[in-house]
Amino acid sequence: MLKSKRPRRMIRGGMALSGCMAALALLGTVWTPYSPTAMSGAEKFAPPSWVHWFGTDQFGRDIFSRVACGVGTTFFIALGTVLIGAVLGILIGAVTGYFGGWIDEALMRLNDALTAFPSILLALVFIALLGFGKYNVILALGVAFIPSYARVVRTEFARHREMTYVRSARLMGASHGRIMLRHILPNTTQVLLPALVIGFNNAVLAEAGMSYLGIGVKAPDVSLGYMLSESQGYMMTAPWYVLCTGAVIVLLILGASLVGEGLQERRGQ
Amino acid sequence: MRYAAKKLAMMLLTMVIVSFLAFLAFQIIPGDPTARLLGADATTESVAALRAELGLDRPFFARYGAWMQGALRGDFGRSYSYAMPVSELLAGKIGITALLTAVSFLLIVLVSLPTGVLLCARERPGLDRAANAVNQIIMAVPPFFTGILMTLVFGLMLRWFVPGSFVSPSEDFWRSTAYLFFPALAIALPRIAMTVKMLRASVRGELDKDYVRTAYSRGNSRWQALYRHVLRNAVVPTVAFLAMAAADLVAGSVVIEQVFSVPGLGRLLLTSIANRDYPVVQAIVVILALWVVLVNGGADLLNQRLDPRLRLS
Amino acid sequence: MKRKFALFLALCMVCAVLGGCGGGSERGGAEGSNGLDDERKANNEIVVAIPQDLADSLDPHGSMSAGTREILFNIYEGLVKTGPDGELIPAVAESYRISEDGLTYTFKLRDNVKFHNGAKVSAEDVIYSLQRCIKSAGNTGDSALVSALSAIGRDTLTAGDDNTVSFRIDRPDPELIYFLTVAIVPADYDQLDTAPCGTGPFRFVSRSPQENVVLEKFDDYWGEAAAIDKVTLRIYTDPTALVLALKAGSVDLCPHLTAAQTAQLGTAYTILEDTMNLVQAVYLNHAVAPLDNETVRRAMCYAINRQEIMDMVADGHGVAVGSSIYPKLTRYFLPELVDRYPYDVEKARELLAQAGYPDGFDLTIAVVSSYQPHMDTAEVVVEQLRAIGINASVQPMDSATWINDVYVGRNFQATITGVDAKNVTARAMLERFVSDNGKNFINYSNAEYDALYAQAMASASEAEQTALYRQMETLLCDTAANLYIQDLADLVAIRGDLTGLRFYPVYVLDLQTVHYE
Repeated sequence: MLKSKRPRRMIRGGMALSGCMAALALLGTVWTPYSPTAMSGAEKFAPPSWVHWFGTDQFGRDIFSRVACGVGTTFFIALGTVLIGAVLGILIGAVTGYFGGWIDEALMRLNDALTAFPSILLALVFIALLGFGKYNVILALGVAFIPSYARVVRTEFARHREMTYVRSARLMGASHGRIMLRHILPNTTQVLLPALVIGFNNAVLAEAGMSYLGIGVKAPDVSLGYMLSESQGYMMTAPWYVLCTGAVIVLLILGASLVGEGLQERRGQ
Repeated sequence: MRYAAKKLAMMLLTMVIVSFLAFLAFQIIPGDPTARLLGADATTESVAALRAELGLDRPFFARYGAWMQGALRGDFGRSYSYAMPVSELLAGKIGITALLTAVSFLLIVLVSLPTGVLLCARERPGLDRAANAVNQIIMAVPPFFTGILMTLVFGLMLRWFVPGSFVSPSEDFWRSTAYLFFPALAIALPRIAMTVKMLRASVRGELDKDYVRTAYSRGNSRWQALYRHVLRNAVVPTVAFLAMAAADLVAGSVVIEQVFSVPGLGRLLLTSIANRDYPVVQAIVVILALWVVLVNGGADLLNQRLDPRLRLS
Repeated sequence: MKRKFALFLALCMVCAVLGGCGGGSERGGAEGSNGLDDERKANNEIVVAIPQDLADSLDPHGSMSAGTREILFNIYEGLVKTGPDGELIPAVAESYRISEDGLTYTFKLRDNVKFHNGAKVSAEDVIYSLQRCIKSAGNTGDSALVSALSAIGRDTLTAGDDNTVSFRIDRPDPELIYFLTVAIVPADYDQLDTAPCGTGPFRFVSRSPQENVVLEKFDDYWGEAAAIDKVTLRIYTDPTALVLALKAGSVDLCPHLTAAQTAQLGTAYTILEDTMNLVQAVYLNHAVAPLDNETVRRAMCYAINRQEIMDMVADGHGVAVGSSIYPKLTRYFLPELVDRYPYDVEKARELLAQAGYPDGFDLTIAVVSSYQPHMDTAEVVVEQLRAIGINASVQPMDSATWINDVYVGRNFQATITGVDAKNVTARAMLERFVSDNGKNFINYSNAEYDALYAQAMASASEAEQTALYRQMETLLCDTAANLYIQDLADLVAIRGDLTGLRFYPVYVLDLQTVHYE
C-alpha cells in the first residue's frame, strides 16, 4: 500500500531528532559555552543574542548552557524511570501472565492498588524520605510507571502461554525461566518497544508536572521540567526563557513520539 | 453473577490495600502534625500530650484499625489543620473536582469522536499529515504549560474569562461551570489528541479488513461502509480508552487546579500533605482511588458487553 | 490558490485581533476595563490575594502561621494594640496605669467595646482571655509569652468594680505591656477554632478552605469604623496564577509579592514597598564542626555580598542587617553592625586558612523549597561561598521535614530562613540564642550572652534593658553567630484608586484604613 514508506520515514525522522537531543545532552555534560551556574548581576534577563544564544535568566546565567545541562538531566530521569518501571513491570507482568493462578491474583491486586494510588503522594513519600534530587524523582516515577508495563506484558505473556511454540518448548524440557526469557520475551518486543518509547515521553511530561508542583527536581540540579516551571514565573518579562525551554521539551518529546508512532504503525502493517 | 461478585470483592481488596499504603506512607515519612498544630517551638510535654489526644502514640495497626472502623461508618475523623470534620471539609471540594472532571470528559467525547470520524471519512493525505502534526504537538506540551498559555491567550488577551475569579458551584453553578471550561479544556486536550489517534488507528485497521472490501464491492461508498460497518467495531477499543482517560482525569486535575486557582480536591491534597494533615490526605486518597477502581471496573463490564469475545475469560 | 490566500488572510486577522487585545490588556488591568472591578468599587468591597492557604485553627491563642496571624490582626484586639510606628495604642482598655514600683497594672476598659456577637466586653472576658492565653502559650512553647504572662499569675488577676482589670507581678518587667496585645475573646465561646469572634474593626463571616476568607466591616466597632464594607481574602497558592489573576484585575490588593512578580504587573497597580520584619540569614549550627569555629564563621561572613544577593534576588530591594534585630525595631537596631563584615574575599580566604581550612570544606544548606526568596538567596550564597573555596550545596526540603529535622531536630549544618517577632520587643528576637532556650535551633552557646540576658530580664528600667539588648545584639554580630543577610522586601500591589494601607513593624496586614479614593 501507499502508506508503507511512512513508518520508516517517521522512525528515521524521530531518530534524527532524538539523536540531536541526545547529542545536546552529551555535549552538556562535557562542554557548555558558559558555566551553567555562573551568575552575573549585570546580565540579568538578557534577550537572545550571539553572545547568549537563548538569552540569560534571572541570575544572568546563560540559558543555552543550562538547557544543555537540563536536557541531560531530563534524559537521565526519563531513561531511569523507564528502566525501573519496565524492568519491574516486565518482571511482574511476565510472572503473572505466565503462571497465572494465585501469584497472578496477588500481584495484580498490588498492581491495581498502585494504579489507583495518587502518584503525587507516592512522589512525596520518596522526597520526604530521601530529599529532593533527580534520583528520587526517578524512583518515584519509576514505581508509578510499573503498573502500565506490567499490564501490557501480562496480557502478552498470557496470550503466548498457550501458543504451540511455548508448549513444544515445555515438552522439550525447557525451564520456565528459559521459556519466559528466551522464547516469549523476544516475541513481545513488538508490543513492548512502542510502550517503552511512550513511557519515555510520559516520564518527561511527568517530571515537568512534578517540578511545577514543587516536588520534582530542585535548585542545584537543572532539568527541562524545572526550568520550564521556573521560567513561567518570568513569562511576561523574559519570554525567551520560557519559549526556548518549552521548545526544547517539545522537540525532545516529538522525536521520541515519532519513533514510537513509527514502530506502532510498522507493527500494524 | 459470580463474576460480578468476584469483581466487587477484588475492588474492595484493592481499596483496602490503597488505604493501607497511604496509612503506611505517613508512618514512614518525617514530619509531625503536632509541629503544625502547636508550632515549631512546642515543648516536648505538650507535644506528647497532643499526640496522646490525637491517638498518634498508639501502635500503627491499632491506629489503622481505628481509622478503618471509622471509615466504614463514613466517619473520616477531623482535620488537624482546619479543625473541622473531614467530611464537612471535603463536601465542598468534591463537587468542584467532579464538575471539572465531568466538563473535561464531555469535551473529550464531544470533540474527539466527531474529529476522529471526520478525519477518516475521506482519504486526504495533506489533512491527515496536518492533523497528525497537531496531534503530536498537543501531546508534547506539559499540561500545566498548556494551562498557562490558555490563561494568557483567552484570559488576558481575548478576555473570554477572568483568571483567578473562580466561584464555587454551590454559589453560582453556571458561572462556575463557565470558569471551569478552560481548565477542563487544558486537561482534555492531550487526551483528545490521544483519542483521535486511537480512533483513527482502529478505523484504519478495520478498513483494511475483508468485510469492508466486501462492503465496497457491494457498491457501498466509503462513508457508508464506515458508518454501517466499521465504526461499530472500531468503537470498542475507543470506549475502553475513554474509560481509562476518565480514570486518570482526576489525577490530571491536580496540576490544572493549581494553574487556574481552582480550589478542588487536588489542591487540598497538596496542602494537606504539606501540613501532614493525615485524616484529610487519607480520605482524599480513598476517594481518588475509589474513582479509579470504579471507572476501571465499569470499563471492564462495558467492554464485555460491547465485545462478546471477551466474555469467556 | 484562492483558498490558501483566504486562509492566510484569516490568519492575519486572528493575529491582529490577538495583538490588539494584547496591547489593550497592558493598559487595562485593574483600572476598570472589565466590569468586575467597578462593581467591587461600587459595592465598597475589595478582594485581597493571599499567597498561602489559612490551613490553621483560627484560635488566636493557638499557634498559627504568620499568614494567619496577619489576617487575624483585623479581627482581634488586645488590651492594647501595636500601632504603625511600633507604639502601643489602647484598644479594649481605654487607659492603663502602672504603679510607681512597676508591679501593679490597672486597666480601665472602654464602655463601648462589643464583641462581634453583640455582647459587651466585660472584665470577666478579659480575665478569661488572659488566663486562656497563658495556658495555651505553655503548650505552644512560646517561652517569651509564658515568662511575661505567667508573671501575672492567676490569682492576682482581679476585676475592679468600675470596669477595671488589675493584676500584680512579682518583679518589674518593662516589656510586659507589649505582650498584652494578645487577643481578648468572649468567655464561654467555644468556636474560636473555626469562627473567630473578637473586637476588631472587621468581623469574620466565613472561611472556605483553599478558597477564601470573608470579612465584613464591624458596625459597632468602638473606634473609627473600617472604610471598606467587605473584604474577600482569596487564596492563590501558585505564584504564576497569582500574577495572572492580578493582571486580569481579579484582585485589588496583594501583599508579599516578589520583585519578579511585580515587574510583570505593568502600570495598573501601585507598588508599595515595605519590609517583611524578619531577619533572613544563613543560620549556622554551632554544634557541628567546622561551624563551631568562630574564625571559620567570620571568614564566611566576609564572603557574603549582601548587595549582590539583594540585586540578584529582589532587584535591589530589601534592607541589609548585621545581627538578629531587624531595622524597624528602631529602639534596638544598631546600624553600625550592618557593615561589620564588609565583602572581602581575600580576607575571607585568609581567615579560612588561619582556621586550618585553606581548601575550604563541604557545606550543606537546608532550605524550605516552597519559599522562593530563600531558595533564590541560597543559590547566590552557594556561588559566593564557592569563591572562597567552600563547596556549598543547597538541600531543598518540604517545610514539615524542615521543621522536623532542622528546626526541632537541629540536625543540619546551615539553613537559610527568616526569623520574625510576634511583638515589638527585643526579647522576641534575642531570647532564642540563650544556650538553654528551646528555640535555640542553632545551638548558640555563649556564657556572656546568657549572663546579659539574665541581667536584661532582671532589669527594671527600660533604658537599662535596651542597653543590655544592644550589647547582646552586638555580641551576636561580633561572634559571627550567623551569616546575616537582610530584612526581605515586602512589595505590595494595590489598585490605583485604593489607598490608606498602613505598614507596621510586625508582620500584620491592617485593612482598617484602606479605602477607595
